[in-house]
Amino acid sequence: MNPPERDEPSGRRAREVVRRDEPHRPAAEERRLLAATWGRRPGLWGWLTSTSHQEIGRRYIVTALVFFVLAGIGALLMRLQLARPENGLLGPDLYNQVFTLHGTTMMFLFAVPVMEGFAIYLVPMMLGTRNVAFPRLNAFGYWLYLLAGSFLWGASLLGIAPDAGWFSYVPLAGPEFSPGKRADVWAQLINLTEISALIVAVEVIVTTFKQRAAGMSLDRIPLYVWSVLVMSFMVVFAMPAVMLSGVFLALDRLVATHFFNPFEGGDALLWQHLFWFFGHPEVYIIFVPALGFVSSIVAAFTRRPVFGYPAMVLALVATGFISFGLWVHHMFTTGLPQLGESFFTAASLLIAVPTGVQIFCWIATLATGRPRFGVPLLFVLGFVATFVLGGLTGVMLASVPLDLQVHDTFFVVAHFHYVLIGGAVFPLFGAIYYWFPKAFGRRLSERLGRWQFGLLLVGFNLTFFPMHQLGFDGMPRRVYTYLPGRGWENLNLLATVGAMVIGLSVLLFAANVMRSLRRGEPAGHDPWAADTLEWALPSPPPVYGPLHLPVVVGRNGLWEPGAGTTFVTGLDPHAREVLVTNFLDADPELRETLPGDSPWPLVSAVVVAATFVGAMFTPWAPVIGSVPLFFALLAWAMPEKEEREEAREQERQRQAGAATP
Amino acid sequence: MTRRRWTAAPSLLLAALTAGCGALPAALDPAGPQAARVAVLWWWFLGVCAVVYLLVVGALAWAAWRGRRRGARRGSPQSAAPPAWADDPPELSADPARERRLALAVAGAAGATVLILIGLLVGSVITGDALAGARPEAELTIHITGRQWWWEVEYPGEMASERVITANEIHLPVGAIVHLEMTSADVIHSFWVPRLHGKIDLVPGRTTHHWLAAERPGVFTGQCAEFCGHQHAHMGLLVVAEPPERFAAWLAAQRRSAAAPDTAAEARGLEVFLDSSCVLCHAIRGTPAGGRTAPDLTHVASRATLAAGTLANTPGHLGGWILDSQGVKPGNRMPPNALSGEELQALLAYLESLR
Repeated sequence: MNPPERDEPSGRRAREVVRRDEPHRPAAEERRLLAATWGRRPGLWGWLTSTSHQEIGRRYIVTALVFFVLAGIGALLMRLQLARPENGLLGPDLYNQVFTLHGTTMMFLFAVPVMEGFAIYLVPMMLGTRNVAFPRLNAFGYWLYLLAGSFLWGASLLGIAPDAGWFSYVPLAGPEFSPGKRADVWAQLINLTEISALIVAVEVIVTTFKQRAAGMSLDRIPLYVWSVLVMSFMVVFAMPAVMLSGVFLALDRLVATHFFNPFEGGDALLWQHLFWFFGHPEVYIIFVPALGFVSSIVAAFTRRPVFGYPAMVLALVATGFISFGLWVHHMFTTGLPQLGESFFTAASLLIAVPTGVQIFCWIATLATGRPRFGVPLLFVLGFVATFVLGGLTGVMLASVPLDLQVHDTFFVVAHFHYVLIGGAVFPLFGAIYYWFPKAFGRRLSERLGRWQFGLLLVGFNLTFFPMHQLGFDGMPRRVYTYLPGRGWENLNLLATVGAMVIGLSVLLFAANVMRSLRRGEPAGHDPWAADTLEWALPSPPPVYGPLHLPVVVGRNGLWEPGAGTTFVTGLDPHAREVLVTNFLDADPELRETLPGDSPWPLVSAVVVAATFVGAMFTPWAPVIGSVPLFFALLAWAMPEKEEREEAREQERQRQAGAATP
Repeated sequence: MTRRRWTAAPSLLLAALTAGCGALPAALDPAGPQAARVAVLWWWFLGVCAVVYLLVVGALAWAAWRGRRRGARRGSPQSAAPPAWADDPPELSADPARERRLALAVAGAAGATVLILIGLLVGSVITGDALAGARPEAELTIHITGRQWWWEVEYPGEMASERVITANEIHLPVGAIVHLEMTSADVIHSFWVPRLHGKIDLVPGRTTHHWLAAERPGVFTGQCAEFCGHQHAHMGLLVVAEPPERFAAWLAAQRRSAAAPDTAAEARGLEVFLDSSCVLCHAIRGTPAGGRTAPDLTHVASRATLAAGTLANTPGHLGGWILDSQGVKPGNRMPPNALSGEELQALLAYLESLR
């Protein structure tokens, strides 16, 4: 059953780490034991207590897509309002809430979480391990995210949606100019979702550093995993800035601190520095994982590894670094000193280089591969065509004099939709078409997929291309209406028509998913004959991941000659054991037992969310909330060893019974 | 009276104002040296970026086409369809000479990217320096204070009596470099007149500066560009560039206090003004009204628009605005005023006399 390990360091080391007294079992028996150990309890209780990375990753993705649709409906409402001058569909109050909800939801509840969800779902499978490093923390992060999103949209239904923009500039969002609770809803939503983002980042970093398959040294990590690793480090450094500003804002509003009040020694621009120190990396946090999608799809669909692996990895890392040096280009109009602005112009231009290198590498891969123009690759081609345009308008925005003209106009709206929809949503759809067969065992319809791609490409360009000109023609962003006679009517109407076409495309996608879930073509375990390890698993993958932990023999995963013939054996199937390997070479170090399913992450998340919501009303909320949180965390951390020993004992007795007829 | 009828008139007005612009968007139809500098830079950026875009997309199309031919050669000669995925093995052992050529091509493209970016950076910095170069030569200083949702415009004088305060309308002498000194009384706003210059923010607690000039006479529309709350959309302004002698005459007229009422109706109107809530917020120099939280009305009838560029300044609009400003500009800071017909007519007669 278990072929002898190849004679290489990781194999030798593996033999030292693995348990020697584990009996040899037939595969069916091993599967049964693993499923019993890693599976969740039946029913609702099992659903609520699950800590499987597959389950939580799927939940992240589905939840994020629901928020995508909600925020998209907001976008359609805005486009209807702007279809003609002095339209009366949405008044200023409602429009400001809708555009704030649209931006906040798209950034904090859709784009980042959907990328995180993919990472949580895919990374352990691509690394050949069974779960993320901290499964309960992972569940806690998801519940916080779900509660935060429900809180924002619940508050919106009650008429207290935030209305100061997704950037919540002070003093507009401060206590004086935003009375009521709307800005508090925004601040607490940010604080909650950022906790969840930090948790995912920690999961990805630790899982990637310590749980890679034996032999998957750093230079053999799939490009997708590199991209989410870079994303995770960016999250770790960027999110604290926005949490800090979110807490300052909440304190200004709750207990009248004056961090941002210029008339009491605070500073209105401090907010912008803190927010954009997070906010600029934020767009790369969304974009960098999408680059990983693109690399995965390009490799599988051109039938060759992506050209220039070292250059690709260095470009990802460089993007992560440089993205922290750009934030001031959001503040060129605030009257900062010119020399400082030039520095940020240079940095903003510089980031085009690593992105350019990756695009050149993909083009080289296409040219020397044998591309098959399936729907995922179509989305990749659409990504390059739209994203490069957005990147070039980004180069324009990096220039201080040009930015002075187009800053805060529809030109910027066009720019960032080109980079975010072009740079993240196109690859995201490609990724869904690519990995859907893995997750559900059925393929999405290619024909509907082509239609969806075509509609998205046309609708997207119809919507956003005219906005470049609107910006130059003097139309500012975030206006709920405009006066007739300034020549903006036709282009706005065109943009509205385009937005409807995008809506149609998303509807078609939903129909494709619904149809394919039930009647899609069965996919088999590896419909694309692709390279990364998740394709060795059955589709949908069993809850425990690989039956035997793979040993990786080269950078190209399953494509390497000899891949899939060497395994690590001897992990105890009665316990949730994973193999811990070292950082550089992924030599096995030890066996680590992960904790089991638990209701306490959910309970803790409810307590934390309630505390944050309570803090909108009273400064005592954290004091009161810390008491139940303490007990919930205590229960969370309670050891559960006896259960496992019991199960092992039962198994021994069963085997002893079977041996003596 | 409906909102639609109210807004028809300013649309005609604005259409007339912008009729001379031709087909170019406002920011690319400069009326001053600053906007002209930026427009030149823009055309350079646009040209370079368009070429780069065509090259990248062209390379992508070429690569896809070339790869497709390679794939077709590998497929079975009988059928155009590609082989099944499992029968299409990945190509791992690439020809080293080809990989070297690819590496050179990628490195060359990256090097070209760097050179192009350096060129754009130099152009951008040179333009930035030129914009800053206007600073020492300013001939006129104007103070602008952003407020939710209008602009307070102040021409400081050597003596207090020479100071002019008006709203939402900036008059400039043609050809003079004007120094705008700006701040905000509440939230952050941004001053933008695309045909003259880019924008600069008005930040509470700070003073920001802008130097611009108009090269030819004209009326240029501007608008607040930083989201500032409910009526961000209706925070417009006009810049009126006039020959120096006309500007001097305008300034002299604005320096005068309000004219005393001439007729009985106007006198009654002043009485209504001083007896109603108007006086709490508005100032009319030469009368006891001294409020500073709303636009100064000393010469209100001389202005082209009402409500920060929202309505053409006609008696009908003014009357509608006084009775129901919330219907025109929901959320603005002016409360509705329940005046009788007689009071309103008298008030209008007085306000229309404030030229």
